[in-house]
Amino acid sequence: MSEYLIRFLLGGLFVSLFSIIGDIVRPKSFAGLFGAAPSVALATLGIAWAEHGASYVGVQATAMIWGAIALACYSIVVCQLLMRAQLGALAATLVAMPVWLLVAFEFHAVAG
Amino acid sequence: MQIGLSTSPLANSRWYEYVIRFVLGGAVTVFTGMISSEFGASIGGLFLALPAIFCASATLIERHEIRRKRDAGGEGARRGRGAAALDATGAALGSVAMVAFAIVLLVTTSWGAAAAFACASLAWVVIAVAMWVLRWIVKRGIRRARARR
Repeated sequence: MSEYLIRFLLGGLFVSLFSIIGDIVRPKSFAGLFGAAPSVALATLGIAWAEHGASYVGVQATAMIWGAIALACYSIVVCQLLMRAQLGALAATLVAMPVWLLVAFEFHAVAG
Repeated sequence: MQIGLSTSPLANSRWYEYVIRFVLGGAVTVFTGMISSEFGASIGGLFLALPAIFCASATLIERHEIRRKRDAGGEGARRGRGAAALDATGAALGSVAMVAFAIVLLVTTSWGAAAAFACASLAWVVIAVAMWVLRWIVKRGIRRARARR
């Protein structure tokens, strides 16, 4: 239970920190970089390293590569849905979610 | 190209927006840990790049812009979508940097935790900024070519 509490606090802290940085930097496209900052990864991998060691973190980092490629595809689709389909931000980000799942799991299945 | 800082968005944000981000960030981190415990490190690793937080941040950005435009007497929906789209463009570039983060972390695990995280974080910053500058140069080139025509 305490492990999940630490995860929650660390994750919340890192995400909030990167969000605040994203809020204060300009222009907006530059601030958007912080929307894909490795905030969850820093918290999760830090705990994983302490608990399971470097090899476990290596496995997670390998899979993270595929997740990040999927995030790039997802972000491009969201951008298109906002500008071309004229969906609102919440709708666009939710509608595009299957893209992330599909690309991430497809890469994971093919590349391991 | 001017990268700058402005603290005014912090003053315009509502307190609950910070709470939402904190809770969502914490929840996603717990969720990722649970996925790793249940399905293994490899599947859990995929979820380190889950765009759950992006959903919230894009929605908040859109709302800020709509609110700002309405305060000035306009409609704001289009402006809000444009701001969220710009954020998504930045996130796409940041994702490429996230790939670099993961690769550098993978390569440097033998150096110890502190060195590996420091190198990976530095790689993220360098690649993210480089990608953004590259995009700016390409856009400027396109704009100039169009103007010449």
